[in-house]
Amino acid sequence: MTDWIRPANLAEALSARAAHGDYMLLAGGTDLMVGASERAAPAGVIDLFGLDELCALGRDDDGRLRLGAGLTYERLLADPLVRAELPALHDASREVGALQIQARGTLGGNLGTCSPVGDTLPVLLALDAEIELRGPSGTRRLPVDAFCLGYRETALADDELIVAVRFPADIGRRSQVWRKVGTRRAQSISKVMLAASTARADDGALRNVRVGLGAIAAQPLRARETEAVLEGRVPDDALADIAAQTVQTDIAPIDDVRSRADYRRAITGRLVRRWVLQLADAQR
Amino acid sequence: MSSASTGTGNSSRSSDSTGIGDSPDRVDGVPKVTGAALYVDDLPAPDAWHGATLRSEIPHGRFVALERDPDFDWSDVVVVTASDIGGRNTVALLIEDQPALVPVGGTIMHREEALALVAAPTRARARAALKALRVTTEALPAVTTLDAAFAADVKLHGSDNVLKQLEIHRDDADIEAVLAGCAHVIDSTYETGAQEQMYIEPQGVLAEWRGDTCRVVGSLQCPYYVHKALVILLGLPEDQVVVTQAVTGGGFGGKEEYPSMIAGHAALLAKAAKRPVKLIYDRAEDIAATTKRHPSRVRHRLGLDTNGQLVAADIDVALDGGAYVTLSPVVLSRAILHASGPYRIPHVRIVGRAMATNTPPHGAFRGFGAPQTTFAYERQMQKAARLLGVDAFALRRQNMLRVGDSTATGQVLSESVGSQEVLDRLEDALAQAAPPVPARLGSLRSPVRRGRGLAFYFHGSGFTGSGEERLAGRVSVACLASGDFEVRSSSTDIGQGMLTIFTQIAAQALDVPASRIKLSEPSTERVPDSGPTVASRTCMIVGKLVERACTALAQRLRDFATESSLDASDLSVLAAQHVAQRGELSETCEHESPPGVQWSDETYTGAAYPVFGWAACLVDVAVDEDTHEVTVERCLHAVDVGRAIHRRIVEGQIEGGTLQALGWALLESVPYEDGRVLNPSMTDCIIPTSADAPDMETLLVEVPYAHGPHGAKGVGEIPMDGPAAAVAGALEDALGIAADELPLLPEVLEHLLADAPLDEAPA
Repeated sequence: MTDWIRPANLAEALSARAAHGDYMLLAGGTDLMVGASERAAPAGVIDLFGLDELCALGRDDDGRLRLGAGLTYERLLADPLVRAELPALHDASREVGALQIQARGTLGGNLGTCSPVGDTLPVLLALDAEIELRGPSGTRRLPVDAFCLGYRETALADDELIVAVRFPADIGRRSQVWRKVGTRRAQSISKVMLAASTARADDGALRNVRVGLGAIAAQPLRARETEAVLEGRVPDDALADIAAQTVQTDIAPIDDVRSRADYRRAITGRLVRRWVLQLADAQR
Repeated sequence: MSSASTGTGNSSRSSDSTGIGDSPDRVDGVPKVTGAALYVDDLPAPDAWHGATLRSEIPHGRFVALERDPDFDWSDVVVVTASDIGGRNTVALLIEDQPALVPVGGTIMHREEALALVAAPTRARARAALKALRVTTEALPAVTTLDAAFAADVKLHGSDNVLKQLEIHRDDADIEAVLAGCAHVIDSTYETGAQEQMYIEPQGVLAEWRGDTCRVVGSLQCPYYVHKALVILLGLPEDQVVVTQAVTGGGFGGKEEYPSMIAGHAALLAKAAKRPVKLIYDRAEDIAATTKRHPSRVRHRLGLDTNGQLVAADIDVALDGGAYVTLSPVVLSRAILHASGPYRIPHVRIVGRAMATNTPPHGAFRGFGAPQTTFAYERQMQKAARLLGVDAFALRRQNMLRVGDSTATGQVLSESVGSQEVLDRLEDALAQAAPPVPARLGSLRSPVRRGRGLAFYFHGSGFTGSGEERLAGRVSVACLASGDFEVRSSSTDIGQGMLTIFTQIAAQALDVPASRIKLSEPSTERVPDSGPTVASRTCMIVGKLVERACTALAQRLRDFATESSLDASDLSVLAAQHVAQRGELSETCEHESPPGVQWSDETYTGAAYPVFGWAACLVDVAVDEDTHEVTVERCLHAVDVGRAIHRRIVEGQIEGGTLQALGWALLESVPYEDGRVLNPSMTDCIIPTSADAPDMETLLVEVPYAHGPHGAKGVGEIPMDGPAAAVAGALEDALGIAADELPLLPEVLEHLLADAPLDEAPA
């Protein structure tokens, strides 16, 4: 029989985690329950869903935006701050599963699972998010790409919990885009996800370019070469073509039952090209 | 189950409104919505054990040995093998080539073949027992594609792997010479993939023995098919097998033949376990093992004269039948009977072959072969219109069948031909329609290309050829002491609304409120064989029997009233009086084919179907230039149903069938590797959601059929046939590609566009 722990607050959750490092963490269950019948039952589950302290949303003293790890997509979608400051995350949340999944799935759960097709991960990469972890020895913060280590593998220690996600203070002033290409319009696993953001200098040059991609490698990743060719440049048609070329070397898509590597590669290039063209248009 | 008012205060939709063409509440609506309806896995069976199936896992080979792990605790497990079968080891259908269980020493023909069965007190124990069975097999080279089946290097069936060959020759002319003389010949080959029915409720059966009688209850379409199969498998007299349909969560043809397999397995397990056994498939097993739509390849050569008149069609149809014959000959028959379309063509040759491969048998699915050949002939018509530079509607009107014309089998169409009407309604609706609302995909503004496609088609209602005559379906209607009437038929409600429309038809014929009509549970011990719930025949054929039986019963009651000097104004009162005074009164009617319906299986000529439904579908698509994702922005669908008995149910049938067809066209891919389905889950075996559904406008056209109830003819399948061709035509229009295969996934469009790059495609 599986031991089921439902802590009343974060302190209880942390002590349960410290005591049972082998127990499965359940943040919403939308991934965990898929295929649960095929897996051996875990020794225990720590059910974090709905813990108040993980559902806060606002600005920290340093000006950074802070989203609790327990926030559901439904909560994110309803929040005016998310809509205004994090439009890419808002758009991504709207395309996760369907209403039932949006009511159960959480930011922290998506991070903890670290699936190559986790819907919010490219957005968090593109929005320069940092992940706040807490354990017996205190709090630490990691950039999201230092947190996602590989295929369903994260930097979370077995006595830690994901507490919050933080974004740069100026993130709302950066241009943001989100595009998910899935197998259908809802309840869909992604074939390719693109999230991107950039600030603009007075002369129109791109600053702090971030490109997050999903479903194109074993884990979501930042397209660092692409970011580099765009950084500091003023976007135009030629730059769009260069970025489209470059991004195809940043990724390692595969053939699987949902799509084909050549298609994933081609559309990733075209979507990046479209983004840069859109940035060029915006300044004309 | 009785109907109940929704309490919305909308009197025009109250449950007792029985008028033909109205939309009363569904008889089965409230129990299904409230969860009161019991599906097979919900049926209380506290003593039941749970069954599980050991499968072959190789596509072709020999079953050498089966051993039990000696370290496993077998004390509460029963194991059944082919040697436990009391009758003949077969799943009886058209012929007896498919075993219920492959015997040790026997040949494995696909990787989902059942080798042994287990039952245990819990599902977990049954699964554990499966893992403790050791199978030894020897692999043989497998045939997993149509090409390999035709090559026949490995012979699975006869010398050529042909499960069935059927031909239609309209005339004796040399078709090659006729084509050579045509001004234009369009020669194309079309391929379509397998499609999963994806009913919401997976397949399952509960079996138990009471003395020497085997009783099964299951999620199924055709109680008497299962009955026949069990009688043969168990070696029992007919009255010692009772088959009952449980409330069933969708079928679409998928629960036409496969339930006979599961019922046989459950019955064998229940006998061995000496207690009830539930055998319920989970989604993965259901997708992997049960039937799908036949993959197809159709080469179609269409000859036209300079004026756009169709002159000749030479059509070669190949279906992948899978490992056994099952229903493939009948699917092939419907495929070729629809292959030349609703057109006047003087010279027609059609050759069809169903081929054997080492994949699980393909089977019945809404449309039953017609969607595959409809896709081919309507793509040909789209290409013809484009080649000749003529209007798509005009080319159809010029060549369409009308009353008095004859089909490729020489069937003269004498009535209920809605060809002109569906095209007119569609064109009128199009002229009045507002432009579609563009879809938005994320915050990147990728440009789209738009296109439009038209499909025009027909679908034969009821069984092919002399099927209805051979079957001679029967329906009984009886008076009950309560003054209610019980309709006894083996037709099953699988979500399509049969309970409600039979209630309407019976209430109308007896002139009583709908609440007086009870539909008997479809159980072989309580209802006569009305034939299976397939082939768009339930309303038209069985519904007509309901009407006739009720009309005859009403006459008998009126005669009784006259004899006994009773008031005949309320037949319900009379019915109760009759039962009280003289005992039960019932009427049984048997199918009679309308005069003049003649068919020859030998020459494949004559009246292939009692009547046809007619339809036209127009689709507007928008294709994302960056990703080739296709949005169906609008779908107009005009369908001639003869007469809509229940308007809302008929519209629902058309909308549902349309969406299933759009899914087949754009999304639904069932890839196989060495005969194994690669995506056996609802996550990866994609069907459309409501978010994928376009703005649909359904246009009901009613050209009545004299021999259907109130003029009704079939509607269940026809909407599945045409939309895929309309979508492919729209994609050709948008992108300038030859969209000749299904499904047209974005990955396929990417590949097709690589030959004709997007920037150079015509706008």
